[in-house]
Amino acid sequence: MTAVHRANAIAAAGLVGLAGECAVCDPRGVLYFPDFGLLAVSDLHLEKGSAIARRGALIPPYDTVATLSRLAEAVSDYQPRTVVSLGDSFHDGWGAERLPLPFRQRLEALMTGRDWFWVTGNHDPDAPADLPGETVRELAFGSLILRHEPSDTYVEGEVAGHLHPCARIVQRGRSVRRRCFAGDGSRMIMPAFGAYTGSLNVLDRAYRGLFRQETLMAYMLGADRVFAMPGSMLRPG
Amino acid sequence: MTAEPRPTDVNEAAHLPEPFVRWFAAKGWAPRAHQLDLLARTEAGKSTLLIAPTGAGKTLAGFLPSLTELAMRGRRKPGEPRRGVHTLYISPLKALAVDIERNLGKPVEEMGLPIAIETRTGDTPAHKRQRQKLAPPDILLTTPEQLALLIAGGDAKRFFEDLSVVIFDELHSLVTSKRGHLLSLGLARLRSLQPNLRAIGLSATVAEPDELRRWLVGQNPPFLVATPTPNHESQSHAPMAGLVTVAGGAKPDISILDSEQRVPWAGHSARYAIPEIYDQIRRHRTTLLFVNTRSQAELLFQELWRVNEDSLPIALHHGSLDVGQRRRVEKAMADNALRAIVATSTLDLGIDWGDVDLVVHVGAPKGASRLAQRIGRANHRMDEPSKAILIPANRFEVLECRAALDANYLGAQDTPPLLAGSLDVLAQHVLGTACAAPFDADQLYEEVTSAAPYAGLDRTTFDRVVDFVATGGYALKSYERYARIRKTKEGLWRVTHPRVAQQYRLNIGTIVEMPELNVRYVRSGRVAGYGGRVLGKVEEYFAETLRPGDNFLFAGKVLRFEGIRENECVVSSGGSSAQIIVPSYAGGKFPLSTYLADQVRGMLADPERWQALPEQVADWLRLQKEKSMLPKRGDLLVETFPRNDRYFMVCYPFEGRLAHQTLGMLLTRRLERVGARPLGFVATDYSLAVWALDDMGALFSAGKPSLGQLFDEDMLGDDLEEWLNDSWMLKRMFRNCAVISGLIEKKFPGQEKTGRQVTVSADLIYDVLRSHEPDHVLLQATRADASAGLLDVGRLADMLSRIRGRIVHRKLEQISPLAVPVMLEIGRESVNGGANESLLMEASDLIAEAMGEAGEAPARNGPVVTLHGTAPKAGHAERKRVGTADYGRRSVRSK
Repeated sequence: MTAVHRANAIAAAGLVGLAGECAVCDPRGVLYFPDFGLLAVSDLHLEKGSAIARRGALIPPYDTVATLSRLAEAVSDYQPRTVVSLGDSFHDGWGAERLPLPFRQRLEALMTGRDWFWVTGNHDPDAPADLPGETVRELAFGSLILRHEPSDTYVEGEVAGHLHPCARIVQRGRSVRRRCFAGDGSRMIMPAFGAYTGSLNVLDRAYRGLFRQETLMAYMLGADRVFAMPGSMLRPG
Repeated sequence: MTAEPRPTDVNEAAHLPEPFVRWFAAKGWAPRAHQLDLLARTEAGKSTLLIAPTGAGKTLAGFLPSLTELAMRGRRKPGEPRRGVHTLYISPLKALAVDIERNLGKPVEEMGLPIAIETRTGDTPAHKRQRQKLAPPDILLTTPEQLALLIAGGDAKRFFEDLSVVIFDELHSLVTSKRGHLLSLGLARLRSLQPNLRAIGLSATVAEPDELRRWLVGQNPPFLVATPTPNHESQSHAPMAGLVTVAGGAKPDISILDSEQRVPWAGHSARYAIPEIYDQIRRHRTTLLFVNTRSQAELLFQELWRVNEDSLPIALHHGSLDVGQRRRVEKAMADNALRAIVATSTLDLGIDWGDVDLVVHVGAPKGASRLAQRIGRANHRMDEPSKAILIPANRFEVLECRAALDANYLGAQDTPPLLAGSLDVLAQHVLGTACAAPFDADQLYEEVTSAAPYAGLDRTTFDRVVDFVATGGYALKSYERYARIRKTKEGLWRVTHPRVAQQYRLNIGTIVEMPELNVRYVRSGRVAGYGGRVLGKVEEYFAETLRPGDNFLFAGKVLRFEGIRENECVVSSGGSSAQIIVPSYAGGKFPLSTYLADQVRGMLADPERWQALPEQVADWLRLQKEKSMLPKRGDLLVETFPRNDRYFMVCYPFEGRLAHQTLGMLLTRRLERVGARPLGFVATDYSLAVWALDDMGALFSAGKPSLGQLFDEDMLGDDLEEWLNDSWMLKRMFRNCAVISGLIEKKFPGQEKTGRQVTVSADLIYDVLRSHEPDHVLLQATRADASAGLLDVGRLADMLSRIRGRIVHRKLEQISPLAVPVMLEIGRESVNGGANESLLMEASDLIAEAMGEAGEAPARNGPVVTLHGTAPKAGHAERKRVGTADYGRRSVRSK
């Protein structure tokens, strides 16, 4: 069952190459490397709702459960041996402490039976309080290097998050903006996965120098597939 | 502020203090009966609604009771305690408050009355506001938002301790919106502070004066007990203010342009009539030209200047233009320096501008009351007939204009009914109340339900709103420690932190604008530079669809889009490119009023009435009768016919574009289910066309389904719910509710840069809340707004119930004359819906197409794709989803 399921999931998603490795850009915003049984997810920003509520805007406290549910679906589809959360897993350093018990249990259930790595990010520079899993600054798999912030210098095979990429196209006079994976064949920046995470256009100056412009592709997240758009189709803003 | 010359009536004038009698006499005027009537009622401690047409001296009437009381009170002597505000005047427009200050100041000065009159609006400088709190004027002229701020202040009780009269100007236009809801709660608060407060409402003629009369006074018994003499009106019904009505003035002289030119089948530009309009402008002193949307205003202005051989001073005025520019136009108009002004509803309300002797209404007025208001603009004197010309932009509008014209002569009114008070507005008010002082929930509930829009509010819902204000009101109680208000040991709800009150003050009000960008005019190619004039604002989503080099029409100019820089849309002087885009503005379209729709149906059904129509239009109807049929007044005609490999269904409900769009969305879902394979639809104010791959006419004839089944009211159940939840419209409404209720903060200019990082977008919150707590009070408020507003579900429901058993089907071989207008809209208008997904699909398909085989395409563009050759069809990876999302795309292909 799971093998079939996995095969289907792989076929349904956009399959891309990255520094010689093969990866699936899943429309939910996770990246799966079949050769390693590795699932990467970035910028979960768990407990962002409560972080904002602390400052006075009482937005719904369900972002964590929404994020975890989507992640649980992806994990159940791919059954990865290893999961890497690519930094900013919690919105702030106290996020893990605030995590309501049922959500914590849910997260722990997800972690059971597989290797789980917390990559540190700028929002969560330390290991999450009282949670299993191994906290690291970066990880390497085959020719891949997984870290939170993309490096300034060119690194073949780097997979990063941090920037929350989105892309915008205009078709038929209407503008469509979606979160996206951004890659040029050598480097990949993952979309933010958290339910309350905003996004930054991949043409923004924050991405300057990260990609080879002529081979830049944005894999825009659709409802049940990704849409591959070459850089020339994209609009700023 | 004028009163007509009339012989002085000594008895009537007896109410008036000496300075007033002398002043009227010196002017050679006499106070009018309604002015004295209102004075007597107010003196007797009663609240009153004054209904009068423009030019009837309504404003002076409203202020007369206050002026006389203040005149008798005399000057404050040294050592006497400070006096608070005696009279509060509230107007929907800042400009109106300023206008009143000018007009009221004059008689006060001439009579030498010791009365201080001041305005307080968003433009009032902080030091003046501060001073006003220490030394309040006798009469304060202000807006609903400023009232909300005042009553949320810690010193509200003291500030209003001498308040005696509150005057609401243009009450009919205030009450129909959320602003009106907030204002009604403010009035309830003022009544609690001053139980003897008298409210005076000034209004143009409305369909249901009783609604406004109830609005002015407290609705629940505890407040009535305070009034020792129960009046007769309140015994059997809800309590109401008294009513003073001034009969209409001279009958307006309205005509419909009977053009020499051919009236087009469809479209809204009325371009065909430009020479005739210009000719009218030439023959009058000052012409006011009204249109329904800002884009129409831009177009008309452009067209008029194209033919303006005499270089007549013709100006443009609409809400997106820069304020400075608008003020200059208004001033020029007041000085009679203009020959014509092209305007939208920003000039609708009762501001007295110069010497207008002709009103031209381009496009159909969409409502008889709106027409009466706008025509009232001409002359602005009650005894001279106003002169107006209606310019229908297409053939259906000819019918509509004729119907509106008949209605105006009959004095029919079709102002929208008042809606129940919104819960998001209530949430704002609850927090505001707590900011002023700790409140008791029982007392506040009594107070809130004394406001007419909230009279039906149940206690449970009220408590849910209080809970929402306190901790967000979520079933998951994890925000207790972040509460904004908390119950004290004494049982009062108190603000937890001064910061809460600060935030509240920044976010007050009910007007939530679409995100807009300043339009800044620079020299060509200077995107990076700074400086340049601001011409006004365009909505963000419009600017986002432009490419550098695109030409568009704005502020009467052809502009070249240079780019977006931060929160500005940078433009330069445009070229003479063949294609010029006109920005469209969300919310600029009024739906056809129910009353007028019924009139139009009546006219279609009655060939006798066609004689009043221009010959070419009457011919069109005769032809329709011959080729198909014209439905009876209460019937719904459904025509089906084949055309270009497609099968069409056109129906004519005349319920307005919004209701038709909702109907179109629901019908296509249903047709999809019965296998008719619908491809798309398009809606106008009058009719709806749906097209499909299968012969719908044959399906209906065979009863698979019957038209009765297709149009069954049960479509408003699950189908509606399902569609609604994914609709972008609901998201937009949610955003408004979230801002008004204080869940998320208003966006301020300059914040945009950091905004994305710090805040969470309303769309994301909506998605999360909908899937985890669908019954949340804010979603309840959102759905209520959507049903009433954007989707016109109520109207659709009324229509479906009206036509039950009265659907007439005509199976035709070809398109009917009546169907031509809507068929011409196909392709001109895109279908709204969840079409974003299909746009993405289309875009990626286009790439695939352009590059040859889908699989190879992106590979040429970058080595990213297809390294392992497993399943690399990046442009075409999966079977596409079949559903409504596809309509937008296919609709255009079917052309």
